[in-house]
Amino acid sequence: MSTDNVILEMRGISKTFPGVKALQDVTLTVARGEVHGICGENGAGKSTLMKVLSGLHPHGTYEGDILFEAEPCEFKTIRDSEHRGIVIIHQELALSPYLSIAENIFLGNEQATRGVIDWTKTNAEAAKLLARVGLAERPDTKIMDIGVGKQQLVEIAKALSKRVKLLILDEPTAALNDEDSAHLLDLVRSLKEQGVTSIIISHKINEIAAISDAITVIRDGKTIETLDMRGSEKITEERIIRRMVGRALDSRFPERESHIGAEVLRIEDWTVHHPIDQSRKVVDGASLTVSKGEVIGLAGLMGAGRTELAMSIFGRTYGTNISGRIFKDGQEIQTHSVHEAIMHGIAYATEDRKKYGLNLIDDIKRNITSSSLGKLARFGVVDQEEEVLVAERYRRDMNIKTPSVDALVGKLSGGNQQKVVLSKWIYADPDVLILDEPTRGIDVGAKYEIYTIINALADAGKAVVVISSELPELLGICDRIYALSQGRVTGQLPRAEATQESLMHLMTQEKEVTSR
Amino acid sequence: MTAIREYLGRNVRQYGIIGALIVIVLLFQVLTNGRLLMPDNVASLVQQNAYVMILAIGMVMVIVAGHIDLSVGSVVAFVGGIVAIAMDKWNLPWLLAVLIGLVVGALVGVWQGYWVAFVGIPAFIVTLAGMLIFRGLAIVLVGTTIAGLPPGFNAISNGYLGNFLGYVANRDMLTLTIGALAIGGLVLTQFRARATLRKNDLEVEPMAAMVGKLVLFALLLGFLTWVLSGSTGMPIVLVIVGVLILAYTFVLGRTVFGRHIYAMGGNLNAAIMSGVNTRRVNFGIFVNMGVLAGVAAIVTTSRAGAGVAAAGDGFELDAIAAAFIGGTAVTGGVGKVSGAMIGALIMGVLNMGLSIMNVDPSWQKAIKGLVLLAAVAFDLVNKRRAGGR
Repeated sequence: MSTDNVILEMRGISKTFPGVKALQDVTLTVARGEVHGICGENGAGKSTLMKVLSGLHPHGTYEGDILFEAEPCEFKTIRDSEHRGIVIIHQELALSPYLSIAENIFLGNEQATRGVIDWTKTNAEAAKLLARVGLAERPDTKIMDIGVGKQQLVEIAKALSKRVKLLILDEPTAALNDEDSAHLLDLVRSLKEQGVTSIIISHKINEIAAISDAITVIRDGKTIETLDMRGSEKITEERIIRRMVGRALDSRFPERESHIGAEVLRIEDWTVHHPIDQSRKVVDGASLTVSKGEVIGLAGLMGAGRTELAMSIFGRTYGTNISGRIFKDGQEIQTHSVHEAIMHGIAYATEDRKKYGLNLIDDIKRNITSSSLGKLARFGVVDQEEEVLVAERYRRDMNIKTPSVDALVGKLSGGNQQKVVLSKWIYADPDVLILDEPTRGIDVGAKYEIYTIINALADAGKAVVVISSELPELLGICDRIYALSQGRVTGQLPRAEATQESLMHLMTQEKEVTSR
Repeated sequence: MTAIREYLGRNVRQYGIIGALIVIVLLFQVLTNGRLLMPDNVASLVQQNAYVMILAIGMVMVIVAGHIDLSVGSVVAFVGGIVAIAMDKWNLPWLLAVLIGLVVGALVGVWQGYWVAFVGIPAFIVTLAGMLIFRGLAIVLVGTTIAGLPPGFNAISNGYLGNFLGYVANRDMLTLTIGALAIGGLVLTQFRARATLRKNDLEVEPMAAMVGKLVLFALLLGFLTWVLSGSTGMPIVLVIVGVLILAYTFVLGRTVFGRHIYAMGGNLNAAIMSGVNTRRVNFGIFVNMGVLAGVAAIVTTSRAGAGVAAAGDGFELDAIAAAFIGGTAVTGGVGKVSGAMIGALIMGVLNMGLSIMNVDPSWQKAIKGLVLLAAVAFDLVNKRRAGGR
């Protein structure tokens, strides 16, 4: 690689936090005009490296050199790096929901003359940028009125408005459905043709393998290797995963022999309306069953109504005007409140553990017991000694990596937080466990542990419902998979018959157009 | 040694606030030429600030749950007025009047709790309305002042427990006994908690840190007991406050109700998804605040010896300030009764010391404002440092 072909070179980057070496002598070389993937487990140091690059960790707080377009850079703030044409788009989008698309694009960079905003110019420029990213929305549409996928495109348009040369995307497709993901990746390819270099960080290895020209693997704060994806040697996903975890994963899913018993939960003709737009059916006449010792999967694209179905069953925590029947062990039950649902032996572990699952400013033990304090209490008084013992048991059984159950949950890694969420619901001792995206945002090693826990639950006679956006995951762990599309159950396939293709076919089945 | 330093580092907030209290006490002791800690002043420090401590207990629960209560000052005037009327106009025995005061306080709590918990109006607005409503009602009911209350009632805030146990070396035995029981109880519970942790092989704080903390508290309690036993004896209101502190420390730390308050303040959504009945908990918090405001009203009316329409002016801010100085998080989810009590003491010592020094009340306000700001700033800086990355 000749030097003028290199847009970015990071050399010998080391960064130490109190007690932790986050980065050790990391090297990253990105060629001009390529898409460069960065892979690594959670906590490997990918985000830290990008924070160093963007100036979020200012010059002086790390060791090593950054060369951008062959010039040494000493970024003190994000503004410094953006000035040079380096723009980072974080996993959590930084858009203001009440402002329009155009206002967001030019936020901090207002199209103004002498302090007065030129709205015509703002909207006209925004429209041009939207055309470039392929977003068919009016520039004056409010951000809160468009979906996450489109918001992601607005972020990219905003980056383009800053004359971006190097675009960094941190987990850009984590919250997107397959269609939006595909569109985003197409956009990255077309930006590449326009001369924009991109760095993509992602957990979705198939995606990153498909789009990248080169991939750098980081493990434990060190560069492991940079793989040339356009070379003669074919780089497989297995190879990348092996380098990420440092060991071969002989099988990504643990084996389980199913012992399926009697039906535990049956949902009949379940319909849920949108809480604000009450004429819209989010779940439309869905029916499903799950039995003792069985793991079923719910597959569907974003907006298919999987989470909404689960939450409406779990104490009507989503939706309005809910109709349908729930049978537990053959008896019809009502689940009007979360408390009622728990009493009937139903548990729901949320997809958004930070928002709905955990009290991040409280400790591990109190989070674990929070759904079942009644079990620990006599006359309303909590037995704290017993509570510690319970928490200790789950720490051991679930392999939660923490020095103490008194540690704050907010300080744990994503995988360990997920184990706390699971512990909380397993301690509630339900008959039916609904796990919504149980492995989202956690690393490969921890995923395997979660799968093992799911298998153990099924072996213990629980009925498990897994909602996941990753089809291989559903195929790997479920006995039976339901596909949802636009709120309807469009089919179910036993594990033996299900393939990614057959599921995707059901997941994209459109509703017949009825007269409106 | 490093273990202790590390432990102190992690708990700097807890020790910092106690240290601040001690520094402020010593400072005023010097500035007032030793008058701050004279026996009569110690007794009236307790008697004059009992209302802050009582209200701060309820306020901690309100703030931890993520709410605020701006109405407590007006509620104190309203309930105090009714209690005074019950004795003066209706000629009811004072004990019955006290009971009526507690019930009316609870009803006020029911009223505000209903709007917050069941209708879903933010507590800031409900209690802002309550602030106006109950102040107005107090003025309507009381006019300006209802004086001439029975001595039994006035003794609640101005009287002392009799010396049933006689004197030893010119010191009231009853006060000494209560003090000794308090210190003994404190030491015993701490060691038992430690033993339980030990038994289950769990991390315990370093022995030196615990002993240091206990010695500090024992000295504080011991000093208070010693001073009071040598002069006035045990103020009745101190017994009331002491019982409330113990009871609410237990409620917040050990009961399901208390734990649900922390869960809601820490992450409301997660609490709902864990099956916490948030309406009932919110309702309970405000009913409880109403009852405590009733207690504060009784104490305040008794202290003044009269029902006053303007009573309790600014009490809500004193209570909120005490809670925040004591480390209660503005965003909810974090806070302790013990912290708020130390916060209330800091405010009380400031009041007392500045009054003894004849500092203009306007300046007193300004100084208290600065102390509140400093305490919360200290907290934030600290958290940022602890947060590290």
